[in-house]
Amino acid sequence: MGVQVRQAMAGLAISLLSAPAMADWTMNMTPGVTAVSNEIFNLHMTILWICVVIGVIVFAVMFWSIFAHRKSRGAKPANFHENTTVEILWTVVPILILVGMAIPATSTLVKMYDTEASDLDIMITGYQWRWRYDYIGEDYGFFSSMSTSWDEIYNRTEKGENYLLEVDNPLVIPAGKKVRFLMTANDVIHSWWVPAFAVKKDTIPGFINEAWTRVDKPGIYRGQCAELCGKDHAFMPIVVKVVPPDEYNDWLEAQKEAAARERELTSKDWSLAELVERGQRVYAAQCVACHGAEGRGNPPIFPALRGNERMLGDLQWHLGVLVNGVRGTAMQAYGDQLSEVDLAAVVTFTRNALGNNQGDMVTPLEVRDFKNAQQ
Amino acid sequence: MGSHAQDHHHGPAKGISRWLFTTNHKDIGSMYLIFSFAMFLIGGAMAMVIRAELFQPGLQIVEPNFFNQMTTMHGLIMVFGAVMPAFVGLANWMLPLMVGAPDMALPRMNNWSFWLLPAAFLMLLSTLFMPGGAPNFGWTFYAPLSTTYGPPSTTFFIFAVHIMGVSSIMGAINVIATILNMRAPGMTLMKMPLFVWTWLITAFLLIAVMPVLAGVVTMMLMDIHFGTSFFDAAGGGDPVLFQHIFWFFGHPEVYIMILPAFGVVSQIIPAFARKPLFGYASMVYAVGAIAILSFLVWAHHMFTVGIPLFGQLFFMYATMLIAVPTGVKVFNWVATMFRGSMTFEAPMLFSVAFVILFTIGGFSGLMLAIAPADFQYHDTYFVVAHFHYVLVPGAIFGIYAAVYYWLPKWTGHMYDEVLAKTHFWMSFVGMNLAFFPMHFLGLAGMPRRIPDYALQFSNFNMISSIGAFMFGLTQLLFLFIVVKCALGGPKAPAKPWEGAEGLEWEVDSPAPYHTFSTPPEIK
Amino acid sequence: MANQSYYVPEQSKWPIVATVGMFIMMYGIASLMVNSSAGESTRGAWITFTVGSLIMVYMLFGWFGNVIKESRAGLYSSQMDRSFRWGMGWFIFSEVMFFAAFFGALFYARVFAIPWLGGEGDKGSTNMLWEGFQAAWPLIHTPDPSVYPPPKSLINPWTLPLFNTILLVTSSVTATFAHHALKRNDRDKVKTWLIATIALALVFLCVQGYEYVHAYRDLNLTLQSGIYGSTFFMLTGFHGVHVILGTIILVVITLRIFKGHFSADNHFGFEAACWYWHFVDVVWLGLFIFVYVI
Ligand code: HEA
Ligand code: HEA
Ligand code: HEC
Ligand code: CUA
Ligand SMILES: [Cu+2]
Repeated sequence: MGVQVRQAMAGLAISLLSAPAMADWTMNMTPGVTAVSNEIFNLHMTILWICVVIGVIVFAVMFWSIFAHRKSRGAKPANFHENTTVEILWTVVPILILVGMAIPATSTLVKMYDTEASDLDIMITGYQWRWRYDYIGEDYGFFSSMSTSWDEIYNRTEKGENYLLEVDNPLVIPAGKKVRFLMTANDVIHSWWVPAFAVKKDTIPGFINEAWTRVDKPGIYRGQCAELCGKDHAFMPIVVKVVPPDEYNDWLEAQKEAAARERELTSKDWSLAELVERGQRVYAAQCVACHGAEGRGNPPIFPALRGNERMLGDLQWHLGVLVNGVRGTAMQAYGDQLSEVDLAAVVTFTRNALGNNQGDMVTPLEVRDFKNAQQ
Repeated sequence: MGSHAQDHHHGPAKGISRWLFTTNHKDIGSMYLIFSFAMFLIGGAMAMVIRAELFQPGLQIVEPNFFNQMTTMHGLIMVFGAVMPAFVGLANWMLPLMVGAPDMALPRMNNWSFWLLPAAFLMLLSTLFMPGGAPNFGWTFYAPLSTTYGPPSTTFFIFAVHIMGVSSIMGAINVIATILNMRAPGMTLMKMPLFVWTWLITAFLLIAVMPVLAGVVTMMLMDIHFGTSFFDAAGGGDPVLFQHIFWFFGHPEVYIMILPAFGVVSQIIPAFARKPLFGYASMVYAVGAIAILSFLVWAHHMFTVGIPLFGQLFFMYATMLIAVPTGVKVFNWVATMFRGSMTFEAPMLFSVAFVILFTIGGFSGLMLAIAPADFQYHDTYFVVAHFHYVLVPGAIFGIYAAVYYWLPKWTGHMYDEVLAKTHFWMSFVGMNLAFFPMHFLGLAGMPRRIPDYALQFSNFNMISSIGAFMFGLTQLLFLFIVVKCALGGPKAPAKPWEGAEGLEWEVDSPAPYHTFSTPPEIK
Repeated sequence: MANQSYYVPEQSKWPIVATVGMFIMMYGIASLMVNSSAGESTRGAWITFTVGSLIMVYMLFGWFGNVIKESRAGLYSSQMDRSFRWGMGWFIFSEVMFFAAFFGALFYARVFAIPWLGGEGDKGSTNMLWEGFQAAWPLIHTPDPSVYPPPKSLINPWTLPLFNTILLVTSSVTATFAHHALKRNDRDKVKTWLIATIALALVFLCVQGYEYVHAYRDLNLTLQSGIYGSTFFMLTGFHGVHVILGTIILVVITLRIFKGHFSADNHFGFEAACWYWHFVDVVWLGLFIFVYVI
């Protein structure tokens, strides 16, 4: 308790000191950087102003009455209680106003739904709690997880500029191209939202939703998951890097080559220490969210891996849980998500760290054999 | 006991059995109101946890999972434990008095409706202490987060909802039977006070949608324990199906939380303007129109789930239309005040604030209804701002107005007007301070249901938390005022408000334990 | 509007007994489900559930006994009678809405979800996730058969279900005959028709039970066999529960007739049972058409 209190105090001090630095009074929607986001912004402002005007009129009449027709000023009550003309008027006029709003809204909506004729298709998959991006037709994809450290979140160090809005691998798309997003999820419903593009779409497990954008201005744009998806819903940001098309092509080639090199690592001769070292990184990126930095989990929902008899006792079972996941729980099938090297590394790591000291290991080749044996 | 059929002109029974076994609408009404306030404090305390955690960026007080439990339980308790029972309590107390009936139509069932509520909330609150924690998937409990990925306590949550539903449905049946069958001779439908009208329609909404809620939680139960695939694509179901059924219940539900408040305000404004309600008939039709439209707009909560364009347009247009009947009501209230002779006692203050602030909440509702814009608003604090503006100064202020208005009738004493006005002004300031900045936060891009946020949202969150603490503390003052008034104070006449009209003011204050044993005649 | 004074019952212990019973019963069921899903012992849960249920049964006897006694003592006025009518009517409406939720799920799956999964319509690209899945209704292939093994075949509506339809419709008619007989004060006929109604109901239930066994054992049509099985069993299952409840009500009414209760012009309990029975019948017709035939 004492430690926590002290940490909280330290955190308070840090945040109060840095408060002036982060003073930000943004109070309106962003106009964004796409045609659609601009239209939505204008729609938003139009309706806002219409509401303000109606409000001013209604409240003006009301405040005038409150001021002038009060008993203390000797007002005598009138006795009218009906007036067909007024009543018709204040039914019809709002209807006309609404029709006026509906027309531009409809046209914007129709545009947003037009996902035809795209230059590039990207599959977005929501996971608890990170995103996966697959470039359709390119046979290339990767995960994107939040890179803000837990020390920052728990107020143990100062918070960086892009606190909670930074990731390890941003999505990269070419400028000036119509990009179609195919969106789905692996576990629960998430929602992929980048305000600057005005793209927000729920990712529904088992179904594919579509959305699109065309960004002309290169830059870095940030967003967040916008649908409650469990414990770490606050910690699955989105970062999109929009780059000129040439740069995009170079980037994609480089990434594919790197992926190929990575695959070759499977047949390398790995030592236990190497695997544990690599496994630590994988664990920190993929597993801490549920099983905890120290492997204590959060029983009974998320089992502890530290001293987990079942896991340590049976290596094949352990590997099986990782490759196939546990259906009907948050434990995903990492077989198609992680490379064989990473699978071997994280299994070896969990058996030899987090207070465990089993001394055995799995090599990437064994993982490959295990997977093949399943088919 | 049967032989003394007409012998109910004695006072209440003594001791605890008075409350456990009672068939008296006034006792039951009081119990509903007390229960509701207790729930408001519990739900409010959870909101305080939320606001304390959000006071600053970073995680200070609670873990994310517990934060989600707080958000979920706060929403559930406020909606089902605080607002709905408070309105049922008002209905119990006032409907028989307003229509000139000796009691509710089905008094024993009435008792059961009430006592089921503590049972349901005992079950719901007990989930906080279960392994794995309480429900943590939001008050909207979307599948599959609440089914496949829910904590074990979800099953208890489902049964709590069932019990709550039974209670609401029976309560609503009782209200309808009372209004349709127990009116004093001469009280035709179009002579009924508006509070009675709004409750009649609310009761209809309740009976229509609570069973649908029961149905959807039953589907969840089956998906969790019996292998059905309602919400799982692998078996041909769809998680979005859950949302359709939930919101078919959920949208009428939000009107269930506001229509009785419309009724209350429509009683109070004419009383303190000393002038008849403007447009009585159009008020009644407007409530009817809102109720009918409320069944056709549910998917405006789901604009981002990928509904086909045609559906999107239909739900957008239908939702926008609700502004018309609601506007009629607002205009009628203003026209009632216009050229009246107004005084501003606490009930009137709360009613005037209701009209202003509810309208602001309605405007943000209308903005949310614009489907393309909702892609930017959805699941941000803009939505949180919207619904707190219609719920806190809407439903809650409506309830406060009603309590101050009828408290003299219930207790026989006048409440302390100075304290009540203090309560009003502190609530007014605190509430706006707490919820207005949320509009800005939402527009600037802060998602809802998060325990921690990016740095650019720090300032407004801090202001909002301060306002929330202020609003919360002020509610303890309300408790004090009511207790003080119940214990003593200046004697209230039968009709403490000069301009008030209606049968309830023709009986003594406090209203005798049994009233209208033989119905009054209405001219 | 009647001007008599309205009967307001004395204090009653039954509501609170009902609350306690319901709470214990529900806690029992919930624990039962949670514990058995977690593979833990369910003994305590069974005991809780049984205790709660017994309290509920005790309450039902007591409460209804009370109402019947008051009614027979002539305490109820015609206005009271109308309250009961409104009450029963709206209760049945709430039941209709409960079934509507399940019918809604059925239509949604059929009209939207399945075609999308099969690659048709607005969200047709969904089929990328379920390669090889083809939309069809009734659903005899599920998107992921390893998790939701589909049924081998379905129940032919024109055999037993048709027979059951005839049974239920007939039972509605016999119930009406009983009612008319009561209005004519022909109590022997009332007894005959009521017994006939109950007999038809029991045969219906037996056939339905047989059909379930057949579905589970021979057709692999189960709760787990995808959305068709889910909606099929939830709809017919809840309907079956209502038939059981309705039958119990009819038995009680029959016993009361034998004891000489109800008069030719004052018999709301009897009528309420009939209303309920007709409601159950109408739901079945909806089921027969939308679940079995189309
Ligand atoms: C008491 C409760 C209450 C009430 C009365 C309302 C009233 C309205 N609500 Fe609200 N709403 C909620 C409670 C309520 N809402 C809640 C709890 C949620 C969130 C649920 C969740 O996700 O957790 C929600 C969410 C919500 C959404 C979904 C947002 C999202 O998640 O993205 C939408 C979208 O359309 C919406 C719209 C409306 C509209 C159009 C009205 C209309 O009824 C408002 C009509 C009133 C006016 C418009 C003002 C007065 C009118 C005039 C003065 C006339 C002239 C005006 C014009 C012509 C403009 N609401
Ligand atoms: C009628 C309904 C109702 C009411 C009255 C309230 C009242 C309040 N709400 Fe609530 N709220 C909802 C319905 C309601 N809310 C719903 C439906 C949600 C959505 C849930 C979801 O996302 O699933 C929500 C969500 C919600 C959020 C968003 C949470 C999130 O997205 O993570 C927040 C955040 O600030 C909030 C704050 C408050 C506050 C400060 C009050 C205050 O008005 C409360 C004031 C009352 C008290 C404080 C109690 C009295 C005082 C005491 C007990 C003494 C102790 C006081 C102190 C220590 C100061 N609410
Ligand atoms: C989204 C949450 C989540 C993530 C991320 C996650 N797990 Fe799990 N894991 C679970 C859950 C839940 C279970 C329990 C499944 C069950 O109920 O059988 C589990 C079970 C396990 C088990 C079996 C332990 C046991 O006793 O059942 C192992 C081993 C395991 N996880 C390892 C990992 C590793 C290694 C990673 C990272 C590569 C990882 N998990 C990532 C949620 C997660
Ligand atoms: Cu993913 Cu929220
Ligand atoms: Cu709504």
